[in-house]
Amino acid sequence: MLILFKRNLFSVFLALSAGLLASAGIASASERGFAPIPVNYSLLEPPRFFTRSNDVSQSSPVKIEWSGYVGLEARIFPDDPLFPVQQGDSSSIAFQPEYYREWNDGRSSLTIEPFLRIDSGDDERSHADIRELMWLTVGDDWELRAGVGKVFWGVTESQHLVDIINQTDLVENIDGEEKLGQMMIDLSLIRDWGTLDLFILPGFRERTFPGMEGRLRTPLVVDTDQANYESSREEKRIDYAIRWFNLLGDWEVGLAYFNGTSRIPQFVQTGSVLTPYYALLQQSSLDAQLTLDAWLWKIEAVSRRIEGEYSSALTGGFEYTQAALWDSDVDLGLLVEYLFDDQGTLALTPFEDDVLFGARLALNDIQGSELLAGVIQDLDSDTMAYLLEASRRIGDSWKLEVEVRLYDNVATDDFLYAFRQDDLIQMELRRYF
Amino acid sequence: MKKISILSSILLFSLSASLVWAETPEEKGLAIAEEFDRRDNGYIDTVSDLVMILTNRHGTESRRQIRLRQMETPDDGDKSMSIFDEPADVKGTAVLTYTHKTKSDDQWLYLPALKRVKRIASRNKSGSFLGSEFAFEDIGSQEVEKFTYKYLRDEVYNGLDSFVIERDPIDRFSGYTRQVVWIDKAEYRYQKIDFYDRKNVLLKTLTYNKYQQYLNQYWRSDEMFMENYQTGKTTRLLWSNYRFRNGFKDSDFNRNTLKRIR
Repeated sequence: MLILFKRNLFSVFLALSAGLLASAGIASASERGFAPIPVNYSLLEPPRFFTRSNDVSQSSPVKIEWSGYVGLEARIFPDDPLFPVQQGDSSSIAFQPEYYREWNDGRSSLTIEPFLRIDSGDDERSHADIRELMWLTVGDDWELRAGVGKVFWGVTESQHLVDIINQTDLVENIDGEEKLGQMMIDLSLIRDWGTLDLFILPGFRERTFPGMEGRLRTPLVVDTDQANYESSREEKRIDYAIRWFNLLGDWEVGLAYFNGTSRIPQFVQTGSVLTPYYALLQQSSLDAQLTLDAWLWKIEAVSRRIEGEYSSALTGGFEYTQAALWDSDVDLGLLVEYLFDDQGTLALTPFEDDVLFGARLALNDIQGSELLAGVIQDLDSDTMAYLLEASRRIGDSWKLEVEVRLYDNVATDDFLYAFRQDDLIQMELRRYF
Repeated sequence: MKKISILSSILLFSLSASLVWAETPEEKGLAIAEEFDRRDNGYIDTVSDLVMILTNRHGTESRRQIRLRQMETPDDGDKSMSIFDEPADVKGTAVLTYTHKTKSDDQWLYLPALKRVKRIASRNKSGSFLGSEFAFEDIGSQEVEKFTYKYLRDEVYNGLDSFVIERDPIDRFSGYTRQVVWIDKAEYRYQKIDFYDRKNVLLKTLTYNKYQQYLNQYWRSDEMFMENYQTGKTTRLLWSNYRFRNGFKDSDFNRNTLKRIR
């Protein structure tokens, strides 16, 4: 049912984007020798609608690549859960293949990247997604993307305030780094005065939340089957965003504006569950990085308007890298970032007045071993969140990743209070192909 | 009259002779480096494939596969883009570098899993490139202005009449106090470089083999071998599929390109 629904959305969206392209006269399908887009196509079949006509010249071969990984993951929760119904340790398997096809001298490409996880502990964590299904064509000073994809904005490490295009795939990892594929048309204009990106974002993606048995959840389960929206068009509203980015000597600066449905929900208690409520959001943002030798100075700031109320948030700090520590190959990076949200404890994120202290070690060895350790300290209480991430290649095509998250002295009014019994040790072994 | 002219000839001769003799080792070293640079100028742009074979002291091998694009920039250092194909976990990772003649280089790293471009600290010169025995500064373009020079001696190396010069990195973040470079006199090609670490101890030696000439002018080595004496590790670079003058533009070397290049 869900898959059918998604397919329908995709078809509508692809037809829509093709129509837009044609009307914009940028690159009509017939000009480029593509067959028209069939409405009823299978995601898993080769993309017939992008097959080149017979004008393939020898100097411009079609390049096709398959890659991806299979991952086996173990999650260990050393503490007893808050609620007996919640899972103990669990294991899961993830599969993320990628198909890439390039033609027209590398000026056009198609990327398809589905994702699947099957989890033994939480039904909600067993999920599938289209991370990418993107068609790209490139001109001298413009790029046009249409399909499903991921866009990253920003510079800081502790959280990504300005990064708003994609919804967070929260069941994957509560660090918010994993994202769901977002339907988009993205026109980039690359000019002397910077890069201007214009986004049309049809189709809203709901945030994923752990289920009843899951850990790292709110005491009342979030019922993702009954989301409410401020927009009368609900998840079918078309959002838009615009971003300017430029390199100014040692500075890199991005300014963006987003108008659409907030990616972060508010919650309404409905009986014994929480229902997510997605309000409309207008967000203006600034992100900048100053690079001075070993120092990276970073700032991200947002101003949001939700239901007539203005709020703002900021992340800022630095990263200092001591390369070749003690004449070894080891690089040591030190990170300090301040996280602020003027909504205080009502903020939609747990970090309203916090500081991150972090250290990053890159051994620069054959296995590419890396380690990131950090602590986020709430400045208004004793709440501490510890984080450790380590990775190391094994042989040529295996990789081991270990992640540890600990919560200490969590204040009762802190967003993280619900996770106080959910310290986590997570290990994933990936086989890349 | 005649006497005077003879006298002035003698004077002129001795003056010009002393001018020749007065070329200091520093001037001669710089002149050799400039001639090397002049001969490689005008290549415009190249693409090439690189396989790196890393061997540790126990003989265990590890492989890297990279594609490179490089472009000359008028009045500044080269621009380059490296795209990683192997090992599989870093496939799609790419690095964009703007080398500069006098100021620090600019460098960006693209992380495909996050779709994130990160501008990285440019002083990370002495760090290892992908765990190999090559540092970032060994891989980047070797602009004349990045060193001071001193001619040491002439020497026959591998049967080739060669200059031996010393060059000292100007950048205080370099991992080296000095490098000793063997350049053959006939074609001005690097034959060998000895690298001395910050304590001025011989750290590693790079040798260049299997030179090929392109466009009747530009020499490229198909096989480079770096041996680290302090760790016992070696790295072999195998270059292939050199193509010159591909018509690249500045727009082929920017952040947008970095994000989509495969």
